[in-house]
Amino acid sequence: MSPAKWDVVVIGAGPGGLAASIAADKAGASVCLVEREARPGGILKQCIHDGFGLVRFGRKLTGPEYAFLDIEEVKGRGIKLFTETFLLDLDRSEEGFVLTLQNSEEAVFRLEAKALVAATGCRERTARQVFIHGQRPAGVYTAGTVQRLINISGYLPGKNCVILGSGDIGLIMARRLTLEGAKVLGVYEIKPEPSGLTRNIVQCLEDYNIPLHLSTTVTEVHGTERLEGVTVCRVDENMRPLPGSEEYVPCDTLVLSVGLIPENDILHPLGVEIDPRTGGPVVDQLLATSEAGLFSCGNALHVNDLVDYVSESGEIAGASAARHALGDYRPPRHVPILAKGEILYAVPQRLDVSLGGQGILYFRAARTLTDAALVISAGGRVLGEKKYKSLRPPEMERIVLDLSLVPAGEENIVLELRG
Amino acid sequence: MEKLLVCIQCPQGCKLMVKTEGEEVLVAGNKCPRGASYARQELLNPCRTLTTTVRTEFPDFPLLPVRTAGEIPLGSLFAAMGEINRLLVRNRLRPGDVVLERVSGTDVPLIATADMTLN
Repeated sequence: MSPAKWDVVVIGAGPGGLAASIAADKAGASVCLVEREARPGGILKQCIHDGFGLVRFGRKLTGPEYAFLDIEEVKGRGIKLFTETFLLDLDRSEEGFVLTLQNSEEAVFRLEAKALVAATGCRERTARQVFIHGQRPAGVYTAGTVQRLINISGYLPGKNCVILGSGDIGLIMARRLTLEGAKVLGVYEIKPEPSGLTRNIVQCLEDYNIPLHLSTTVTEVHGTERLEGVTVCRVDENMRPLPGSEEYVPCDTLVLSVGLIPENDILHPLGVEIDPRTGGPVVDQLLATSEAGLFSCGNALHVNDLVDYVSESGEIAGASAARHALGDYRPPRHVPILAKGEILYAVPQRLDVSLGGQGILYFRAARTLTDAALVISAGGRVLGEKKYKSLRPPEMERIVLDLSLVPAGEENIVLELRG
Repeated sequence: MEKLLVCIQCPQGCKLMVKTEGEEVLVAGNKCPRGASYARQELLNPCRTLTTTVRTEFPDFPLLPVRTAGEIPLGSLFAAMGEINRLLVRNRLRPGDVVLERVSGTDVPLIATADMTLN
């Protein structure tokens, strides 16, 4: 049997993939969604706290409520959704791509797609990736695993918990563990300032008198069967442990909230160009990757702090994929964006200047800045400027650029941030 | 009474100083009026939306995420948790469906936030 053919296949039915499939459907493409879990919604299913949707819907929603709105629209539009379906392999075909998938109904089967949206999300950094020494006792978890255990499965993973890293998921889990009856002894952050959003420091730690220890990290775990305690240690300005400042903290659970990494393994065989700063593909303002017909969005593209921007990028990628599949393809003329000054990273990494219209740029500051100025220029001509009273690395910034202002023949566009 | 706060109304995170003088509440450090009302509320009666889960009798959906339909006093969160953790959901609910009419002595209902009919 020849494989079913679609204009657009979206990999992953989290918020990015849901938005991408809706946008592709709106643009008139035939589209299907492939999801490895039993239900759509991605990580939002376990993010039962609120604070989602302020930008996109103008109100404060919980994760499941935010996902529900998109899932209802996907269902209403009759978009085909494969759940509990794994993508085994991805390859080029004459007309685009061929996907090899597996599920319990069809066993191994193939789909063909003229365009693809990779909405595969991100993964958590693990204990091995932050060089924590010691045995491998039970009781060391990533924050997302703890979140899943408590909110989806209904297990409390421990009673006396230490949290390493002040990223948002760690802060949210400090509150969640406390509300469910566990004791959170402290949150330890190696950097001199918190990684999470300020509102989460206030609502998750201060409300419950949970101490936050900055410039302090966990250097060793103790225990063989079950975790018995951790050694915490202050660090110098280069984040090296200060000898003599070690302290033993007895605990049965260590929760790691030490960063997220975009998940793009499935794209490697295609040789997609990856930006080492974001961990996601190099894209232009259409979110087109270096492979024609392959688009990227959401946390697979770069780790976002707000789901609203995940959805926005999904909408862009889905609409772009539909245009590509429906034959509106012109070879791009790419101009790289050079990030200068205090920029940690910027997405997209290049602009297709053969197109007019607007381009949305996202960027993060490399460090906390007050009274900062962003200047976008090409060949000495200023295309856009914005001043910021304060900028923090955890809080992503968004700026819209009028692409008709880009002078013809420019070699690059400079994005410069000064504190 | 005196309290130091970080305003969470926007990403600026103004450092607020709030205190009472007799009947009056004085706020300093805010760069906008939203900071003043936030500080006043935080000093007199801090309130939060509680989000948690309720057990269900469905093995494919063992926990239903829920939230209070409005904010409830910060000081009542643990009493509310105790009450909510004794509930058991026997129907497949959808977002917005009421799980409990009044949470912990308030007039705020507890509502479902996920769609249990989804499969």
